[in-house]
Amino acid sequence: MADYPKLLTNRYGLPSSWTMRVAEENGAYAIARRAFTVLSPEEIHAHVKDANMRGRGGAGFPTGVKWGFLPKGATKPVYLVVNADEGEPGTFKDRTIMELDPHRLVEGCLITMRAIGAHVCYIYVRGELVKSIDRLEAAIEEARQLGYVGQSPFGVAHPVEIWLHRGAGAYICGEETSLLNSLEGLRGEPRLKPPFPAVAGAFGSPTIVNNVESIASVPDILRMGGKEWAALSRLPNDGGARLYGVSGHVKRPGIYEAPVGISLRELIYDLGGGMLRDDRPLKAVIPGGSSTPVLRPDDLVDAPNAGHILHPWHGKSHIDVPLGVDTYRALGTMLGTCCAIVMDTSVNMVEAARNLMHFYAHESCGQCTPCREGTGWLHDLLDNLCNGRGKPSDVDLLVDVSNNMMGNTICAFADGTAMPMLGFVQKFKDEFVEAGKHGVRAGSLGESAFSAPGGGAR
Amino acid sequence: MAFTLPAESEKIVEDLLTRYPTKRAACLPVLHLCQRQQGWISAEVIAYVARRLDLATSEVQGVVTFYTMYHQHPVAPNVVWVCRTLSCELRGARALQKNLEQRFGCPAGGTSKDGKFTLKTAECLAACGQAPMVQINDEYHENLTLESLNRLIDEIAAKTVS
Repeated sequence: MADYPKLLTNRYGLPSSWTMRVAEENGAYAIARRAFTVLSPEEIHAHVKDANMRGRGGAGFPTGVKWGFLPKGATKPVYLVVNADEGEPGTFKDRTIMELDPHRLVEGCLITMRAIGAHVCYIYVRGELVKSIDRLEAAIEEARQLGYVGQSPFGVAHPVEIWLHRGAGAYICGEETSLLNSLEGLRGEPRLKPPFPAVAGAFGSPTIVNNVESIASVPDILRMGGKEWAALSRLPNDGGARLYGVSGHVKRPGIYEAPVGISLRELIYDLGGGMLRDDRPLKAVIPGGSSTPVLRPDDLVDAPNAGHILHPWHGKSHIDVPLGVDTYRALGTMLGTCCAIVMDTSVNMVEAARNLMHFYAHESCGQCTPCREGTGWLHDLLDNLCNGRGKPSDVDLLVDVSNNMMGNTICAFADGTAMPMLGFVQKFKDEFVEAGKHGVRAGSLGESAFSAPGGGAR
Repeated sequence: MAFTLPAESEKIVEDLLTRYPTKRAACLPVLHLCQRQQGWISAEVIAYVARRLDLATSEVQGVVTFYTMYHQHPVAPNVVWVCRTLSCELRGARALQKNLEQRFGCPAGGTSKDGKFTLKTAECLAACGQAPMVQINDEYHENLTLESLNRLIDEIAAKTVS
């Protein structure tokens, strides 16, 4: 297994890594101290811009650019909101930061508040993640005891407060405007944009919403310098190292830190230890959470034009393309959260799609008709196909319903449902048509259950 | 009977109200407190939260019905959530669920015959690398097999007075 440098995860393996004593003995808060006492907010921002970090929550928007959207000379207070509502199926990376190194997140929050001129930070944690909540609350309290959170952190008159806000079970609250509504005590329904949160976010004030991993990377960016941190990556315009997740049919499921730009092949066969069963090869992989369209290892990159971003991988398998925001967009899918779900040849794709569409039908907030009705309709169609009550023309209906959801709603949820649905049909059409004729054999999912226990972060 | 919180919880509510610029923002955390107290969110709880935060009961009700973690009906002392989403299903979640349905004598959504467990299915609980898994009350139990799950349920059942 390749041995990549440990930055974000360098305290993960230490006993009691989540306590102030262990974290501080191993470097925590040294950078926050420098950010408050030596660097100017502009210098911090410049490092984060140089770092070219693409937001780790799934959309891949450059963090440094996002910070720049705050209006200059705002009269209202500026808020930092950390999105810790981890819930995209297949994704389990932010949890490891909150459970194993919450002080890294607190340190990142302090530095970011200094950089953007915020005095209050809310960390919105998914309600089910009780261990994350307990450890993070304890870490914030420890930081408060030492004065790092308080009236004058590190002796500088820049008062800061960090509050943890617990969610209550709603995937949609990971969407930033829905998260803000939920923070304000409302139903978690997304807001129309504009105005964007940077202009009018939490409580009508300018707000920066960043993912846990993005914020937890800020201390390392400052420690190394933005340009040096960016150079950890194998790709241009997509800096640093990041957390990769792998689950499903692999021998060593878990979270691994590696440079930006390793390939799915490296993630599955090296970090993930290879396919779970030697007699069942890789059939399909969902690269970065369930909203990212599925990839097939037998699909080859078609980019003969030398100017094309994927040209260096022309003729190679899709799973050899480096995992990057731009490379994956060019491939017709998305990088998402960089946490892959791996499926072997035992899996029927109609069943896999049904499983995920059940998720979307359950989690649609119901605000927009195309999404509320479309997600349920897709699930019903797939249920019929699986149970032998469908017909081949249902496959066209799946495509039609998906196309009518895309772009017709307030937030990206409907697109995040329709895109993977279309991906499944496009890449495995034969299987869907076959299901329309004969249904799907029961138990085509989860046959290789219970072998090889997985692990947390490694 | 009107719902009230004990004095120490009322102190927590007071503290929560200092964290946000609006009273309404304390709605989710106060509901969590009430559910911890009573086990579920009754009409009386909704009336209490509405009064405490200067909201209409319909507004609080709207919040309660939006989020899956607020129980709108009484539940058993132990709530078992089986994660059913893809990564878990690939590793045997359906077998776990079937096993529990048989053992409890109720489908997902119901309560066991002995009244000790309420069984629910959950959408992705962010433990995909440790699949299959269940959440029981506040705890995650990961990398399960049928045997280890049954042992776990035995232990919890023995500790629960019905």
